[in-house]
Amino acid sequence: MTKVMSMAQAVERFVPDGATVAMGTGLEALIPFAAGHEMIRQRRRDLELVGPISDSLFDQLIGAGCVRRVTAAWVGNVSEGLGHCYRRACEQRIPVPLEVRDHSNFSISLALWAAAWNVPSLPTRTLLGSDILRTNPDLSTGDGLVHVKAVRPDVAIVHVQRADEQGRAHAWGPLGITEEAGLAADRVVVSCEELVGPDVTLSDPNRILFPETKVVAVVHEPGGAHPSPVQGYFKRDHAAYRDYAEQSRSVEGFEQWLRHQVLEVPDRASYMKGVDLEAIRITHHRPSVPADFGHE
Amino acid sequence: MSSYTPQELMVAVASREIRDGDLVFVGMRLPILAYAVARNAHAPTARGLFEVGLMRDQPASGFLGTMGDPPNVTGALWATRMSNAMALMAQGNVDLGFIGGAEVDRFGNLNTSYVGDPRKPSVKLPGSGGGADIAILSRRWVTLMSHERRRLVDRVSFVTSPGYGDGTAGWRKRNGLLGGGPVSIITTLGVLRFPEGGGEAYLASFHPGQTVDDVRGNTGWELKVADDVSETSEPTKSELEAIRHFDPDGFWTRG
Repeated sequence: MTKVMSMAQAVERFVPDGATVAMGTGLEALIPFAAGHEMIRQRRRDLELVGPISDSLFDQLIGAGCVRRVTAAWVGNVSEGLGHCYRRACEQRIPVPLEVRDHSNFSISLALWAAAWNVPSLPTRTLLGSDILRTNPDLSTGDGLVHVKAVRPDVAIVHVQRADEQGRAHAWGPLGITEEAGLAADRVVVSCEELVGPDVTLSDPNRILFPETKVVAVVHEPGGAHPSPVQGYFKRDHAAYRDYAEQSRSVEGFEQWLRHQVLEVPDRASYMKGVDLEAIRITHHRPSVPADFGHE
Repeated sequence: MSSYTPQELMVAVASREIRDGDLVFVGMRLPILAYAVARNAHAPTARGLFEVGLMRDQPASGFLGTMGDPPNVTGALWATRMSNAMALMAQGNVDLGFIGGAEVDRFGNLNTSYVGDPRKPSVKLPGSGGGADIAILSRRWVTLMSHERRRLVDRVSFVTSPGYGDGTAGWRKRNGLLGGGPVSIITTLGVLRFPEGGGEAYLASFHPGQTVDDVRGNTGWELKVADDVSETSEPTKSELEAIRHFDPDGFWTRG
């Protein structure tokens, strides 16, 4: 049975209010902005966001009032600096109070691996001597090590280059914490640049990110990661990140940005009409040499 | 009027911290350029490791706004998951790391988390990212920041990425930290270094146009000064050419 559906349907069915949602697991690349914007349009509330660094997506969801707690290593705008909505939420409880569980990149990865392997925690040497140990109740020390408590997302949302309708997703380039996020989550929602047949995905099973049994929805969403980059498809739209940083500096500016870029836009296809595609489209392709899976 | 910006000087100085053969945990912003400069000059066999999940032995051929930009992936030695990159660092295989800082203290501890009480901060900073991991696990590390009294403070109120803790001898070892700790703080005004084995930062050099008093006046504690303090060597012509090649529009170095 096909798992293909629209982003609106995927969010409606699999991202309820109060959900713990892993997103942005590829760090700066393959960020599922289309999914985030749909969550804002559907006015999700009380979410817990889980991720490593978040290049503006968490800031947008926080500013829109969707988020109760952030469990992450870094929230901001990677090329521009501070996340203004994140600051307002933490410092002034605008638009709603926000709880923060600080991690490092290494420890959030371990928290997801712990959940993936179904153990209460994993030990590590990182974070010894850091005050992050004092503020995050999910981190404890013993036997000279730090014990990182498992973090189990209800859903992980990822954007990939291509997937088939059964949810076999191919992504390439660096993967950040995507695999552990998908294995730790109860369910995975995949959005993709290209919807392909199983003849493509099964030709290279090493490249499939998750077991298809985890994937509950596949959304064909070209440009679904904009303004983040997609190897082989789109460069990072640095100007869009700069514009967002400038506009989100004030509450009024952020709300105006939110109306123009999210609330008054019905879906991603409409959003992409406002993007200067020629400036960011990758046109010099560098396909890898196929691996030979022959057996006789 | 100098013929280079403070950021270009910082990149050149940072690149000189990279030794040939080093595995460098590169991080973000200016260090991405520092790796490219070093690789093109005195450290041709230095490799770069990126927490996003990449290893390279040559600079990317296009401009990088982040380590995850497509030019950083093309031609990589290894594209993988973050935990694999962290595995190398956890094994002590990363020779040098770079960390950006918002606030640093006399013992090299960095705060990138909270200004004020964490329960009610006056400023919420973005957080650790990979900073704490680099500070704890890499063999040596360097931080770069703007030199202001409010940023170079006596003691940070929150230690995101530990340097030498309370400054007492053996603090890192006693607390189980694997790596050796910070070796320098490269600022817009000068270069601070640490004594062998760690402890309190001292002024090793001041940038052209600055004086020892300028630097000390902009530092939030009584900054010690090396007996042989000198002027920082200016960027060479080839260093500047490399910086401008990898940052053609001055995105990082002419802000």
